[in-house]
Amino acid sequence: MISLTIDIVLLIFLLVMAFAILRVHHLLAVAMMFGLYSLLVAGLFMVLDAPDVAFTEAAVGTGIATVLMLATLAVTRVTHEKELKKTNKRALFIVVVTGGLLLYGTHDMSNLGDNMAPAHTEVAKRYIEKGQEETGVPNLVTAVLASYRGFDTLGEVTVVFTAGIGVLLLLRRKQKPRIKGIQGGR
Amino acid sequence: MIEYILGHINYWIIIVLMMIGLYTMMSRPNLIKKMVGLSVFQTGVILLYISMAKVTGGTAPIVAEGFTTYSNPLPQVLMLTAIVVGVATTALGFALIVRIKEAYGTIEEDELEMMDNEE
Repeated sequence: MISLTIDIVLLIFLLVMAFAILRVHHLLAVAMMFGLYSLLVAGLFMVLDAPDVAFTEAAVGTGIATVLMLATLAVTRVTHEKELKKTNKRALFIVVVTGGLLLYGTHDMSNLGDNMAPAHTEVAKRYIEKGQEETGVPNLVTAVLASYRGFDTLGEVTVVFTAGIGVLLLLRRKQKPRIKGIQGGR
Repeated sequence: MIEYILGHINYWIIIVLMMIGLYTMMSRPNLIKKMVGLSVFQTGVILLYISMAKVTGGTAPIVAEGFTTYSNPLPQVLMLTAIVVGVATTALGFALIVRIKEAYGTIEEDELEMMDNEE
């Protein structure tokens, strides 16, 4: 019960942060609030018994993503976004419909922490029972990540490698094409 | 009824969170703001999966003496992958934004569209 209370309090903090990110127009403030948002998410992962995911979120989500955002802001020299006068009705409509469908979808899901949920009784049960015996690693997340689903991790490394090459190719290009209309205006 | 609400309120708040991210991404013309919205949406999805892995009375999935109930390690592994891949794609998006700024001189979507239509 205490864990659920902490969980909900953190989620309400997250809602406030996400709403602030939506409303604030100063982009440096948005970057800072996104860092705080990621840190709160990392705390929430801790409450939900996922320390490995919490470490990754704290290091990669809070650290690297925020630094990347600050670097982009520094390079592009943009400080504020344009303020909009009217709300985007079409976007709001799509969001409300999608959200409604997702909320309807949760009706079938089992309660938070239900240990008889189908997700916990099949393959995960075997990982928990045999994991240490078969791989020799007490941390089951590591056992599944590196042994049972090693090829998944290989695929992940491929994606990260491709993204890295893409970033390098985009940023290291010497010849910089300009769009005609604005050449004089810069 | 109370039990149903307490068991599901976690999912509901996370879905609202995801939708705020989606709305940020769709309604704001600034490309950096769009990337932040995408990240908020993505963290929402990850949170939804991690909360499905929670088992009441369970502990973190690290085998130790004296514990028999563990959280489900499988969603945690998949989301670990998703976080890293998400940051890699975010980095690619920011690199594209830097290039767009160099080429067009702006990162507001409506201005970009106007320039493309002028040609």
